[in-house]
Amino acid sequence: MAEVTYEHVTKRFAEDAPLAVDDFDLKVADQEFLVLVGPSGCGKSTTLRLLAGLEEITEGNIYIEDRLVNDVQAKDRDIAMVFQSYALYPHMSVFDNMAFGLTLRKIPKDEIRQRVNEAAEILGIAELLKRKPRALSGGQRQRVALGRAIVRKPSVFLFDEPLSNLDAKLRVQTRAEIIKLHQSLGTTFVYVTHDQTEAMTMATRIVVMDRGRIQQVGSPQELYERPQNMFVAGFIGSPAMNFFDVVVEGDGDDLQLRAVEGFAVPVPPEKRAELATYKRRKVVMGIRPENIHDNDFQPPNIRASLVDAQVDVTEMMGNEVNVYLLVGGHAFLARVDSRTTARPGQNIRAAFDIDRLHLFDPDTEQMIGLPAEVRASAPPAESS
Amino acid sequence: MIGRAWWIPWLWLAPTLALLGVFLVYPSVDTVRRSFLDERSREFVGFDNYQTIIDNPNSLAADTHAALLNNMLWLTVFTAVCVGLGLIMAVMTARVRYEAAAKAAIFVPMAISFVAVAVIWRFMYEVDPDVGTVNAIFSELGKDPVAWLNNTQSPQRPFVDLPPADSPAPFQVNNFALIAVGVWNWTGFTLVILSAGLKSIPDDVMEAARVDGAGEWQIFRRIILPIMSPTIVVVTTTLVIQTLKTFDLVFVMTNGRFKTDVVATLFYKEAFVFRDFGVGAALAVVLLLFVVPIMVLTIRRFQFQEEIR
Repeated sequence: MAEVTYEHVTKRFAEDAPLAVDDFDLKVADQEFLVLVGPSGCGKSTTLRLLAGLEEITEGNIYIEDRLVNDVQAKDRDIAMVFQSYALYPHMSVFDNMAFGLTLRKIPKDEIRQRVNEAAEILGIAELLKRKPRALSGGQRQRVALGRAIVRKPSVFLFDEPLSNLDAKLRVQTRAEIIKLHQSLGTTFVYVTHDQTEAMTMATRIVVMDRGRIQQVGSPQELYERPQNMFVAGFIGSPAMNFFDVVVEGDGDDLQLRAVEGFAVPVPPEKRAELATYKRRKVVMGIRPENIHDNDFQPPNIRASLVDAQVDVTEMMGNEVNVYLLVGGHAFLARVDSRTTARPGQNIRAAFDIDRLHLFDPDTEQMIGLPAEVRASAPPAESS
Repeated sequence: MIGRAWWIPWLWLAPTLALLGVFLVYPSVDTVRRSFLDERSREFVGFDNYQTIIDNPNSLAADTHAALLNNMLWLTVFTAVCVGLGLIMAVMTARVRYEAAAKAAIFVPMAISFVAVAVIWRFMYEVDPDVGTVNAIFSELGKDPVAWLNNTQSPQRPFVDLPPADSPAPFQVNNFALIAVGVWNWTGFTLVILSAGLKSIPDDVMEAARVDGAGEWQIFRRIILPIMSPTIVVVTTTLVIQTLKTFDLVFVMTNGRFKTDVVATLFYKEAFVFRDFGVGAALAVVLLLFVVPIMVLTIRRFQFQEEIR
């Protein structure tokens, strides 16, 4: 149980290398489930490893609770970490793997046995304790790795892409188990993943990173509803958001967004003020696939703008159909009701839900209408 | 398999079997046979040759006891020092940026033939400080030059001032001087193999241990050593077999004089210098008897690893 504070942390691996982590400034609250998400090479793992003590900080400070840990060795930081490859000790039995950290701390044998059995019980691996890691399946190994972390009762849990090596079904199952674990342990979790679905489902707060920098910090819902820049907009949400280059045309109530492809979409009244300075200028319009409907099966109570488009490919998902559409040579994706009659080659009328439009400045790639102070200090740290 | 005659596998094996038969099985069997015959391999003498080895009647010309003891010294000291040094260097070179250069430098002696190594080190050990590098260093340190290859005194003699005294065989300065050359020559081998074994331990296993609370020494003792133990066993058995076969180094550097004989140099002398094929063959058989159990252990070990893979 602890809070973690990153104070303007920077990591550079070599003199002439670009910054792996660039001015990471964030406070992780006690008992929070924080997920760092981003594409590979964005610095999320490095950020985690800096906290673990496996990498040295180039600049800045890291505190666990009130203790400055910059120069504290990994072994003395009271953290536990689950690795992507599980990193089990191949020569030790499952029991010894889980007990290793406790033995090093000279905890009495009886207590070790009790703690390991307890954790094994929770994770359903009690009957595997005598086996060696190589005799276990991927899912079982993952559980042992989790167990090894749990028995330590650390102040912070770190996870470095722990589900990447599991198959899809097991991943969903283990995901739910980790969420449950977080609820029952009440410890601070810091979790790294490249999978935005994992981030969305597990996190109480998400940090989106790209090229070493924090792009946005917020709850899963905030990130989904109000992405602050095009990177976050494109990264969070699956399938990814569609982007159109549009020009702001008209005036007053007739303000509309005219796409390069020809079609036009009216600007909803709440967004008109924000676009005041963008008249006759280019902006980027983003709309998520789930906010584009088949006009014949439009959900009730939406303000729709209709766009004629040609169907390129359809993917039946069961509850929905992914329809790849073309308008003026620009491809985009709609996720429509499964009753749709759209077939490849046909034209359909796509209904854009204009209340769910996201508008971005094409030069800064920032959301239009973002409060100035947020824009200035891109990552809104709670500590400041 | 259907439609395949029983003899087809044997056909493929035949060339190998023929080569092994001519160059391995026949000489081995014949050596055993000759070890029971007299010096010219004419008459059956039973275990007389083996009795000769045990009784050691002619301890100046051919000291069988000293040779066996020396071989034991080689086996323990040479193997332990090579493996230990190799392990330490493998762990240490893994932490420096000039790792490749350091390993190459240590491995270079492996590329030199034993005879050349022996000649080089005869110069190194030369008594005259103007020629012998080791004695040059010694005289720089203000000590008397040492006749490294002739000195049969106890090994600490060159370093501390003790009254001259012969130590019990085989603990002699010259034996250790010879073993040092072997170590110089072979540490590169153990370093390279052990370093490869070390590299095969995933980084995150060590990182996991670090996060689990292990210090560097505990990681070495509880993670690195146990995971590397199969590699260490392979290296050790290779070295043990190597020491039992030690010949060229001793042959060139001292030719077994000053009580530095090992079993291999002695059976060469018995068979081809003293022309007693009986005793020579018996010594070879003794050597074989030492090597075989180690070979069997090694092969078993490999089979075991195949099974658990």
